[in-house]
Amino acid sequence: MTAILLTIVLAPLLASIIAGIFGKQVGRTGAHLVTIGAVGLSFLLSLIPFSRFVLDGQAPLDMVLYTWAESAGIPFQVGFLIDPLSASMMTVVTFVSWMVHIYTIGYMHDDPGYQRFFSYISLFTFSMLMLVMSNNFLQLFFGWEAVGVVSYLLIGFWFKKDTAIFANMKAFLVNRVGDFGFLLGIGAVLLYCGSLHYGTVFENTEALSAESIEVFAGHPWSVVTLTCILLFVGAMGKSAQVPLHVWLPDSMEGPTPISALIHAATMVTAGIFMVARMSPLFELSEVALSTVLLIGAITAFFMGLLGLVQNDIKRVVAYSTLSQLGYMTVALGVSAYSAAIFHLVTHAFFKALLFLAAGSVIIGMHHEQDMRKMGGLRKYMPITWITSLIGTLALIGFPGFAGFYSKDAIIEAVHESHLYGHGIAYMAVLGGVFITSLYSFRLYFMVFHGKGRMDHHTEEHLHESPAVVWIPLVALAVPSVLAGAALIEPMLFGDYFGSAIHVEHSHNVLEEVAHHFHGWFSFALHGFLGVPFMLAAAGFATAWFLYMFKPEIPGKIASALSPIYKLLVAKYGFDAFNQTVFAGGARALGGFLWRAVDATLVDGLAVNGSARVVGWLSGVIRYAQTGYLYHYAFAMIIGLLALLGYFVYV
Amino acid sequence: MIALSHYLVLGAILFCLSVAGIFINRKNVIVLLMCVELMLLAVNMNFIAFSHFHGDIAGQVFVFFILTVAAAESAIGLAIMVVLFRNRGTINVEDLDSMRG
Repeated sequence: MTAILLTIVLAPLLASIIAGIFGKQVGRTGAHLVTIGAVGLSFLLSLIPFSRFVLDGQAPLDMVLYTWAESAGIPFQVGFLIDPLSASMMTVVTFVSWMVHIYTIGYMHDDPGYQRFFSYISLFTFSMLMLVMSNNFLQLFFGWEAVGVVSYLLIGFWFKKDTAIFANMKAFLVNRVGDFGFLLGIGAVLLYCGSLHYGTVFENTEALSAESIEVFAGHPWSVVTLTCILLFVGAMGKSAQVPLHVWLPDSMEGPTPISALIHAATMVTAGIFMVARMSPLFELSEVALSTVLLIGAITAFFMGLLGLVQNDIKRVVAYSTLSQLGYMTVALGVSAYSAAIFHLVTHAFFKALLFLAAGSVIIGMHHEQDMRKMGGLRKYMPITWITSLIGTLALIGFPGFAGFYSKDAIIEAVHESHLYGHGIAYMAVLGGVFITSLYSFRLYFMVFHGKGRMDHHTEEHLHESPAVVWIPLVALAVPSVLAGAALIEPMLFGDYFGSAIHVEHSHNVLEEVAHHFHGWFSFALHGFLGVPFMLAAAGFATAWFLYMFKPEIPGKIASALSPIYKLLVAKYGFDAFNQTVFAGGARALGGFLWRAVDATLVDGLAVNGSARVVGWLSGVIRYAQTGYLYHYAFAMIIGLLALLGYFVYV
Repeated sequence: MIALSHYLVLGAILFCLSVAGIFINRKNVIVLLMCVELMLLAVNMNFIAFSHFHGDIAGQVFVFFILTVAAAESAIGLAIMVVLFRNRGTINVEDLDSMRG
């Protein structure tokens, strides 16, 4: 087993090194063969732990591979914890990554950085596997940072593009803010539990819950609440929750395959995964859970709204990702961790599908991303069209598709919750369904239906993308349809996760949902009668009316409601706020430190000041050096006499 | 009878004369050189006096060395002076202040 696990992790790393360092020697074909082979191998091998720990229900494997360091008796180790949670994540990550690798052959076909790209995405797969397979906080943090670095490299993959450089710096800095909280959270865990090993920490949670800490004197806070909120700040950064979401839409500056892989399917779900992993800690603090719930609800609803006013095809999908991450966070907040992971899995499939389909459209349109210049593409790109439709239906939660099961389960779970803020969250997730349906079909109609708005030259060259592009689309479309029905019963109501996820009995909303659950088929049938379906249908109808039937209306609405429209286009002003307050503030502070401290104090006073003192002193002493021999002789004689006097009389 | 103290007083007087010569002289570098020679002679005087009164010949041998070195030194000093005069056109002490800070 150790050998299998090590191969799963190290094969992508090795492939990344080969493709990255020896890219010239192995050539373009060599680079994609070695990385696709390695990630494919990882995927196939990850089926072994999946079958053992999920299907056969073996006890979780917790192993230490290597002790990196030991400090004050606390070992810092590299190790694996393989339980149903990590085994599922490994399978999803390697599968989606594999599909994206294959797709990249087509998408990056003409790019001069071909080998570099393959090297990066393989490195990403390695980092993500390290993150999910970890059995301790330190390795989790390593994987966490490593995916952050790869994300930075990939957003700025086209490093000659100014906007890409801006976006990758932004992503990196915003993630630093989250990581700061995360690191403090890990520090708190280490301080109070004396260990970084998951098993040891989760066994000691009872002791932790009794502790309190005074961050500000006179205000004792529960340690476990503080720790959970700090850890969640990390998750907010990585999983792009309000207000640390600003980096994700901008990350669309990177090539489309990585938008699919990193910024939709895998890396951004790291925060969700982490909170699910920390469920024994979060269960102890209702305050932390309420925080998670409210942040998730805000993200789910308000970020969806922004998708309505975007015209860049990838940005619409990006805002949709934000909104769906909000749904997952809401599920975490109401202690429906397995529903969050379930939505994570189904979302990984259909969001990767939607992104890759968007990429296929972009290839067809000769790298034009503006939806206003598309339309009627279904004639030219039938496979992309059908798979996009499947992805869209899965995203809006059409009964029977994967997204329906996970999203409905979340909505039901929120409905059953009694946590503070559950009312607002319920309204937000329900409203989100309508919004999701509206922007998804807006995209769908604007791209695939109606009259073509592209120029004549582009229209002439429109054709279906090559097989390396559409095969991954089809391969992802299959789980986008089936994964929900197949997984809902074991994952949400069965014993799928075993001991990996811990839920307090009083929070167990999924148990309530289970009372209404009578198999996946009747769940889907029942779904047609539910409020979410009505809302989704209303969203569809609105989108059809606005963008197919009367395409002139959206412009009128925009001008009639121009303050709201402007607010949405300005993304609620988060970017402007960060740009002026944080970026501007940091620059002003830097300017102040430069002028007042560096230029005046250090340079002026310390460096030039000491030089000036020496200059002045030597100017005084210079008068002693007259150049006249007799003065020197006189000084010598005086000195001689003084010394003599000293020896004789003292 | 001439005592040791007489010789030492003579040496001290010679030494003081030469020091005064160095200080007071503001005109000619040659005078300076002469003063330095006189200083050495004052020291030699002490050597010989002590040598004689202690009955130790080593002091007188030492004086020969000093005289030889002084001769060489004054030869070099005069040579420098000639070069100095050739370059600057003067050997006036007041004018030789190019080392002033």
